Amino acid sequence: MSARIIAPVVLGVAMLGLWEAAVRAAGIPPYILPGPILVAKTLVADWGTLAPSLLVTIEITVEALLAAVVVGGLLAVLFSLSRWIELSLFPYAIILQVTPIVAIAPLIIVWANNVELSLLICAWLVAFFPILSNSILGLRSVDPNLLSLFELYGAGGWRTLIDLRLPSALPYFLGGLRISGGLALIGAVVAEFVAGTGGNGSGLAYRILESGYQLKIPRMFAALALISATGIVIFLLLTLLSHLLLRHWHESALAPER
Amino acid sequence: MPLVGVRGVSKVFANGVQALVNVALDVEAGEFLSVLGPSGCGKSTLLRLIAGLIQPSGGTIDSSAGRADLGFVFQEPTLMPWATALANVALPLKLHGVARSEREARAAEALGNVGLKGFERTWPRELSGGMKMRVSIARALVTGPRLLLMDEPFAALDEITRHRLNADLLELWQRSKVTVVFVTHSVFESVFLSQRIAVMAARPGRVLSELSIAAPYPRSASFRTSAEYAAYCRQASARLGEAMAA
Repeated sequence: MSARIIAPVVLGVAMLGLWEAAVRAAGIPPYILPGPILVAKTLVADWGTLAPSLLVTIEITVEALLAAVVVGGLLAVLFSLSRWIELSLFPYAIILQVTPIVAIAPLIIVWANNVELSLLICAWLVAFFPILSNSILGLRSVDPNLLSLFELYGAGGWRTLIDLRLPSALPYFLGGLRISGGLALIGAVVAEFVAGTGGNGSGLAYRILESGYQLKIPRMFAALALISATGIVIFLLLTLLSHLLLRHWHESALAPER
Repeated sequence: MPLVGVRGVSKVFANGVQALVNVALDVEAGEFLSVLGPSGCGKSTLLRLIAGLIQPSGGTIDSSAGRADLGFVFQEPTLMPWATALANVALPLKLHGVARSEREARAAEALGNVGLKGFERTWPRELSGGMKMRVSIARALVTGPRLLLMDEPFAALDEITRHRLNADLLELWQRSKVTVVFVTHSVFESVFLSQRIAVMAARPGRVLSELSIAAPYPRSASFRTSAEYAAYCRQASARLGEAMAA
């Protein structure tokens, strides 16, 4: 095992040990700060409630990310094909991006009139911009000499898009995807909070709210740990995808020579 | 009748820069012509005009070599990093709609012709600068062009690699009978390679003089050390000096 795995694991275990020791030594009650062992026990004991909520949150995150890939990717291609479409639409994409999701989530929940759909829309709104802006950058970062070559050999716009622009944009798109993966989860959780305060919900954020009301703080920590773990797994999976797609050719995926 | 006739061609770019003024140049079928000049004299612009990638602002270019008869080699290898050497060489055939099995066979043959047999499945990043340029040349030759346009293809390579590629290029030229227009800023390279040198001056870009290199082919490494070569280099340097002063 390499140092990049051992070092953070050792640090993490040490911090958890310190936390447990501090909680016990100072006699902090679990409704203020539960120790990691109690959190783990609660995670196991409450798995029956937490697991379905985890699935709900994961489902919304994944659906929002897929929608962000489809809409962000297609919009980027459309923008690269038509300067006018880009000039007209891009400012609105920025407005959607800079408006805080917490502020518009209540509106979306009222309008969509369906909790799951409104959560999906919120998560998608947060997630799609990095994919869009990175893909636009990628589609523009084509080697101009390769473009000349395609022109010389009579390639049409469609061929140039498929065989030149899309592969050129792939590393940029994947960079955007990794950011969007985390954002989709954040968007889903934030929207669940907003929906949860209205009494609707079944995702992990709703469990956190509910546990707060009922002073079940260990369960709150357990739900929080699950959200973090989900985010980490999403990041690792997207990093793996990026590596698999780019390993033969892109600098970002190459091991440095020693 | 020449393969390409450049007649009174001028080029003014959209930003107002006068790149070329009243350029006249004939390219004879089968010849090896070098275009020699200082940087900024419009050599590359002239090449792109001949390729039809840009249009002249004035004058005409009569070419009996259509787009399908062209091969173009850039200063950088300009390979697609996401494709293997074979797929890179096969690209022009793919864009021309040649079936996969045929284009792979022809691409493999073209790779063999530039001395890269066995490198079909390698990725561009695994190749050295000289090998990448060989792939680039194979790609330009895979369609069997009548006219090969080369834009300072070896300028970024080290001298040893450049000398070897010069020799191999001459051998390819003699074997394939392709017409070559070779843009360079190196006196030595242009004398070693060409039958004829067109010397260009800058600001505005124009062809100032032409020089014939009558030394016979094949030209081996010993030609580089011959008195004849030295004499031609002196002549070409003098012409280039005039062009710089003009």
